[in-house]
Amino acid sequence: MAQKNEERLRRTMMFVPGNNPAMVKDAGIYGADSIMFDLEDAVSMAEKDAARDLVYEAIQSQDYGNAELVVRVNGQDTPYYNNDVKAMVKAGIDVVRLPKVEDAQMIQTLEKDVLAAEKQFGREEGSTHVMAAIESAKGVLNVAEIAAASDRMIGVALSAEDYTTDMKTHRYPDGAELEFARNMVLHAARAAGIAAFDTVFTNMDDTEGFYRETRYIHQLGFDGKSLVNPRQISMVNSVYEPTQKEIKNAQNVITAIEEARIKGSGVISMNGQMVDRPVVLRAQRVMRLAKASNLVDEEGNYIEK
Amino acid sequence: MKNSVNRELPEDIMNELDYKGFESTEIGNPEIQRVAPKVHVSTGDNKVVSSIEDVVKKTVKDGMTISFHHHFRNGDFVFNKVMRVIIDAGIQDLTLAPSSLTGVMNDMVIEAIKKGTITNITSSGMRGSLGDFVSHGGLKNPVIFRSHGNRARAIEHGDIKIDVAFLGVPNADRLGNANGMNGNAVFGSLGYALMDAQYANSVVLLTDNIVPYPNTPASIKQTQVDYVVEVDKVGDPEKIGSGATRFTKDPKELKIAETVNKVITNSPYFKNGFSFQTGTGGAALAVTRYLRQEMIDNKIKASFALGGITKPTTDLLEEGLVEKVMDVQDFDKGAADFMHTNPKQQEIDASWYADPDNKGAMVDQLDVVILSALEIDTKFNVNVMSGSDGVIRGAIGGHQDASTANLTIISAPLIRGRIATVVPDVTTVVTPGDSVDVLVTEYGIAINPKRDDLKKALSNIPGVPIYDISELQQMAEKRVGKPTPLQFTDRTVAMIEYRDGSIIDTIKQVKD
Repeated sequence: MAQKNEERLRRTMMFVPGNNPAMVKDAGIYGADSIMFDLEDAVSMAEKDAARDLVYEAIQSQDYGNAELVVRVNGQDTPYYNNDVKAMVKAGIDVVRLPKVEDAQMIQTLEKDVLAAEKQFGREEGSTHVMAAIESAKGVLNVAEIAAASDRMIGVALSAEDYTTDMKTHRYPDGAELEFARNMVLHAARAAGIAAFDTVFTNMDDTEGFYRETRYIHQLGFDGKSLVNPRQISMVNSVYEPTQKEIKNAQNVITAIEEARIKGSGVISMNGQMVDRPVVLRAQRVMRLAKASNLVDEEGNYIEK
Repeated sequence: MKNSVNRELPEDIMNELDYKGFESTEIGNPEIQRVAPKVHVSTGDNKVVSSIEDVVKKTVKDGMTISFHHHFRNGDFVFNKVMRVIIDAGIQDLTLAPSSLTGVMNDMVIEAIKKGTITNITSSGMRGSLGDFVSHGGLKNPVIFRSHGNRARAIEHGDIKIDVAFLGVPNADRLGNANGMNGNAVFGSLGYALMDAQYANSVVLLTDNIVPYPNTPASIKQTQVDYVVEVDKVGDPEKIGSGATRFTKDPKELKIAETVNKVITNSPYFKNGFSFQTGTGGAALAVTRYLRQEMIDNKIKASFALGGITKPTTDLLEEGLVEKVMDVQDFDKGAADFMHTNPKQQEIDASWYADPDNKGAMVDQLDVVILSALEIDTKFNVNVMSGSDGVIRGAIGGHQDASTANLTIISAPLIRGRIATVVPDVTTVVTPGDSVDVLVTEYGIAINPKRDDLKKALSNIPGVPIYDISELQQMAEKRVGKPTPLQFTDRTVAMIEYRDGSIIDTIKQVKD
């Protein structure tokens, strides 16, 4: 179920076609941080209702462990949107992902519809989170207001296929065409205190290209990446794995925090120097990543490989 | 009467066929009397004949037992050529005792049963239309299913007394020296057929490739052969390879294979000089790939790889990561072709491979084996023979034999489609849970409670949760629900022998 934003790792958001029972059933076994059931592009018009029913049943009957469950509903300009939102809120989805978001108004509309559905189906008000997919030039230019449009927002994702088409280009191996959009999305997310997801990489045969792109967006500061294939999960996780040195350093910071707490001191110090809040936050994030990467045990001790 | 895996056995058939119920996987050290074949002495300089009809007329009589091998798998032309002649000759009441039956033989077997030519069958397995036919009561007498090792045992004991063996080979000289390695339709090891060549009263080779005398290396020898029949084609080389030889891209199979690999490499058996057997199929090939990397990283070499061989395994031999390949059959052309270029790829017969009543079979020395399952139950009993509809659609193969390894891993998805693989009770017990150590599924693993030692070694593998097997069964049931019990009649259509010749289970006719 949904956890508070700052506690959750979102390295991998795995797309699962909502009309594929086998993939919907197996989505939980690959260790994705977030599972995104797709009711939109992956599903043909004839199957919209069937896919919605399938995902609705799956959310209620299948065990997806600790994964954050996301559903990509159909756009607000389609006749499917209202039923999608109602069914998913009723099923208890963690996050509704709205495609092709271009302004804050669209998120506010979604927020209103989600709230109405929560009331209608007796869900706790505010329990359903939302996120926005940015897929156009207009969306990129408005991404700051979109990211801040609702308290329910947990993230923004860049969707490069539609965006590059809108920009009258296409995707290149070096990603230069996405540089502006990536930085806009990332800055908007950080300014709003929510997660930033990079776009998918679809060529499963180009492992080196996938690693190159993942290392790049990791360096920029993205929380993670949208994925089309479960085989990409371990690759992303390995890029986000902290080094032994980072872990040791984080452990020292955590120890210093603990010592300060025991002493009742408001100031955290390590090796005689004051530890700033950013250092503390980074250390906590490193330890979360280390745990998720199975590099430390339950007590936080480093496991030698 | 019930046997030790709690299966009710039909008393009348058990008595009539003089069978005992399965008791234990322990073979012990009994004294065994083996049988020997009749020999028609020959000193002539040519055994080549051109007519299957003539040979059949000279050798096959009503009521006899005839045999074939299945090394050509679905590329086999020999079985249908010979059976056509036998059926057309009006011969009746034969026992068919091949090493196994492949899909390409199904129609012919059904016709032979319908015409009274075949009235008994013993085989490793059967699939498709033939399995369907037998499961619906098409054959009066129950089929006897035996593992590859057990077939060797049964032949040596005389439980299977082969009158005439018809053995297709891709080459032979005029006196019957032959191997599986050279020619057009090559399949590599002749492992299963070597039993027939050694123990049948009459041995008939069929080949499309008569080579100069003396033919070496000779797997089947002139001392064993009565006739060599020249035919136009023994098999289709394109269809001899079985299963996928390419690495799977299925993420679920890869996930299972990765977990199998972690179980192996974290077990106490993963050390220099260890031995292993993998099967065919996507997940097994992927395990071989992961294992290769671990062997390189940890500087570990295997002393031997055993059983049915695929190219990824012969690649390990070529790389020096495996010292010897002990080869009873080759699943793909790569492995078959490699055999005659590398003397470290040793052809072994089914007795050497897996016969329990032996002075030592290779499976007794095996450390790790990876096997599949149609079903596995909460007692770790495995079914590889009957499908979710109760119909025969499988083969024992070497399953019972290889599961005597130190570490027997069953790799299977928790669920296939809407069907649970992990169940409260398997439909048909083929391999007893006593010989199974670890079940690997996409959700996690289960360890046989008898292997407490493994529990210690395998706990704390990152990303590999350990469950009680009944927890896995419940996880499966929660996802797909409880199926309506299968409906069978009282009539027994097949007996499943354990490798020692006792009866571990039976298969009943399905109710329509």
